[in-house]
Amino acid sequence: MVMDVIVGLVPLAPLAGFLLIGLLNKQLRPWLASLVACGSVLISFLLSIVLFFGMGEQQSFTFTAFEWIAAGDFAVSFSFLVDPLSILMMLIITGVGFLIHVYSTGYMKGDEGYNRFFAYLNLFIFFMLLLVMGANYLLMFVGWEGVGLCSYLLIGFWFKNTEYNNAAKKAFIMNRIGDVGLILGVIMILIHFGSLSYPEVFAQAGDIDSGVITAITLLLFVGAIGKSAQIPLYTWLPDAMAGPTPVSALIHAATMVTAGIYMIARNNLLYTLAPLALDIVAVVGVATALFAATIAILQNDIKKVLAYSTVSQLGLMFLALGVGAYTTGIFHMTTHAFFKALLFLGAGSVIHAMSGDQDIRNMGGLRKYLPITFATFLIGTLAIGGLPPFAGFFSKDEILASTFVNSPVLWIVALVASLLTAFYMFRLFFLTFSGQSRASEEVKGHLHESPTSMTFPLIALAILSAIGGFIGIPSVFGGGHALNNFLAPVFAASHEVAGAHHLDHSTELILMGVVVGLTLITIYFAYNLYVKKGSVPAPESAERTGLVRLIYNKYYVDELYEKVVTQPLNFLSRVTDTVVERLMIDQLVNGTGKLVTWGGRTLRLIQTGNTGFYVFAMVISIIILFVVKTLI
Amino acid sequence: MSLYIFYFLAFVAVLSALMVVFSRNPVYSVLYLVITFFSVGGHYLLLSAEFLFAVHIIVYAGAIMVLFLYVIMLMNLNNESEAPKKTPYQFAAVISGGLLMMVLVGAVRGAEQAQVGLGADPTIGTVKTLGNMLFNEFLLPFEVVSVLLLAAMVGAVMLGKNPLRARRYTPKTTTRTGADDQEKDVTIENVKQLTNE
Amino acid sequence: MNDSVSQMIQQVPLNHYIWLSAALFVIGVLGVLYRRNAIVIFMCIELMLNAVNLLMVAFAAFHGNAAGQVFVFFVMAVAAAEVAVGLAILIVIYHNTGSTDINVLNKLKW
Repeated sequence: MVMDVIVGLVPLAPLAGFLLIGLLNKQLRPWLASLVACGSVLISFLLSIVLFFGMGEQQSFTFTAFEWIAAGDFAVSFSFLVDPLSILMMLIITGVGFLIHVYSTGYMKGDEGYNRFFAYLNLFIFFMLLLVMGANYLLMFVGWEGVGLCSYLLIGFWFKNTEYNNAAKKAFIMNRIGDVGLILGVIMILIHFGSLSYPEVFAQAGDIDSGVITAITLLLFVGAIGKSAQIPLYTWLPDAMAGPTPVSALIHAATMVTAGIYMIARNNLLYTLAPLALDIVAVVGVATALFAATIAILQNDIKKVLAYSTVSQLGLMFLALGVGAYTTGIFHMTTHAFFKALLFLGAGSVIHAMSGDQDIRNMGGLRKYLPITFATFLIGTLAIGGLPPFAGFFSKDEILASTFVNSPVLWIVALVASLLTAFYMFRLFFLTFSGQSRASEEVKGHLHESPTSMTFPLIALAILSAIGGFIGIPSVFGGGHALNNFLAPVFAASHEVAGAHHLDHSTELILMGVVVGLTLITIYFAYNLYVKKGSVPAPESAERTGLVRLIYNKYYVDELYEKVVTQPLNFLSRVTDTVVERLMIDQLVNGTGKLVTWGGRTLRLIQTGNTGFYVFAMVISIIILFVVKTLI
Repeated sequence: MSLYIFYFLAFVAVLSALMVVFSRNPVYSVLYLVITFFSVGGHYLLLSAEFLFAVHIIVYAGAIMVLFLYVIMLMNLNNESEAPKKTPYQFAAVISGGLLMMVLVGAVRGAEQAQVGLGADPTIGTVKTLGNMLFNEFLLPFEVVSVLLLAAMVGAVMLGKNPLRARRYTPKTTTRTGADDQEKDVTIENVKQLTNE
Repeated sequence: MNDSVSQMIQQVPLNHYIWLSAALFVIGVLGVLYRRNAIVIFMCIELMLNAVNLLMVAFAAFHGNAAGQVFVFFVMAVAAAEVAVGLAILIVIYHNTGSTDINVLNKLKW
């Protein structure tokens, strides 16, 4: 009973925060708004911890708040599922979310939409919690759409700038394109399984034809492609950097984009029963990982590099899921949440210090001005590079190991992507923090370390990035892989069907060594290029040719979409407007009005006012009445 | 024999009715109408409605037609100042009249050739019988008709009253001299002048 | 005399009266439509009323019921009242517009 209340309160607290701040927007002082916002997320975090420890023997339970839809045969209840996967997600969302809320109090200080920002952040937390806690597809979908909405609101937060609005629209629309697949998948689930709640669907999964399951899983994956920015629906994520940096950290690094990962992990049984879909997931994931990594090595905006890095890392997560290593995918998602959020917040700190400039060609030498940011950013970079003993090493290594078991080709591609990751991240780090400052005198005058509200989350996340990997120490090092044991009940059914692949320890160690060695070489190469030689990327107007030009312009994907999708749609819309709307529908509707007016104008001519005419009309009417009377 | 009387009276009635409609001079129309009334009265006699015959002549030929003549005289309608209607309208009038005739005749076409006189009582038209009915069965309509006539009288007097004439009378002041009296006599010569002021 | 009168009446079929009445009525309608002078129109209305009166008296004789004649009595009373008021209105109109042409009175229109 107490557990029920706790489960209900977890999403309720941020919702209450949103309503309070949102409705009393103008009356609240900023400090009060941020207090309410941070407080509500903190409450959710603490309650999630209680749930984590209070689960005890039970592996999962469902709490139904109320019967939501009851229409004939179709019934959906508003119920929350609490099991290891959802608890883990809750902890990440509320924990990292709380740190980002605290960070925002410093970052957004003085902004005229301060209260609105916190309201939207709280709303986002609420919807994300709905997404991961929902016990049926419909509630998950509500959360799915809700986070898309909040993403739109927050990307276009500084709405007076049209560019930002366009970026927000792009994000939302691309999400929606993916959502078509998701909805179709959910509808197919309803048709074939007869129910939308997880336990019922998974119980029947074995009896359904595998072609149907493949179709369903592919459609669900389309939704994940949109939400988690895989090829071909990834272009919204770099543009989404138009939003404030805490937004990029929270939504586009740690939580929203991981919704796709969560969904596939949740539906692991279905995916295991459709090996074709899993293969497609793996291929798409690794292709995206490589593709985005290549783009990132030439980007010069600090946030764009991190954005492409996110796309790439998500690709790696999908690769992990695609080879059947579900726990690994979740593991990497967790560690990625830590260090990516850290990197983004650090970038925000840098931008804050550089008075809004985001171009790394103008940075450099920030080490002595921003020591805490420097240190935490270094930890983050080491983590994402995959160097032991930081968090990223354990998770990424596990991905590579699992991929190697499945297919060496994929392993090689993933390896290249990882090496590129290390390269561009250290490129970013060196260009930003090392050497001499390339900033103008005016900007140099303002360089200062961020306030405590901003550095405290940085430190907290750095600690997590450093030790976070230890929840998944693999058996090769003698660890018990706590995460694996924790999440075992969630993926038990899949492992029964597919059987677990295991790598023998010696191969694993060899692979590990190879990877770490190559990574160190790459880092040294980057160090050489950017610190020793001090080379700086060319300015915007420089001549670029061939492959460099192609990659620098992000393979012209945006332009391609513009030509192939946007322009035909605009044309179609114009045609529909002029032909269907104006010539047909308008004529029809206006015609009705004109008909009435014309009718009135014609009928009034009967009223001539002439008495003789009236008598005449009377006589004619009498005649007609007589005729009618005798004929009928 | 009565059939011949009937035909004669009917012929006179229809002919004079046509002349009422088609005469140029309104006074002629009035006179023809009087002839029509007399012939219809003759029909009443044929149908043993003696009292009605008397009343008919007195009221219609005696009162109503005289009223018409007065009005015509008042408006100086001797001259044919009325332009005829346009030809299409004339045609329309005649044709619609013809149609109406056809319809009315057609409506009774199927009815059998009834002979008058099934239980014809020659005393039904006497004053005594009518008086009996009026004061027994039709008492209420009889009284109400008197009220109707009162209303008609009041209406006619009110409508005929000259509104300006009332205003011409100014109240007398305390010192009365002959010059204060503003009332003027209304004669045929200055009626137009007075009404237009 | 009465007997012979009633005998005479018995020789005239009712239909003849119906047709005569219809003819008079139609002539009245024709006059209303055909003429422009308001007074002549009034007279044609009187003609129509007379036609109806004739028909009612005929039916009274046919059925032997005096109620028909009493009705005619009332119709005559109403006709008299109507003529009085109607002509008074006509005179007022003549004073205001200077003409008895009914086409002059066409202000109640669109």
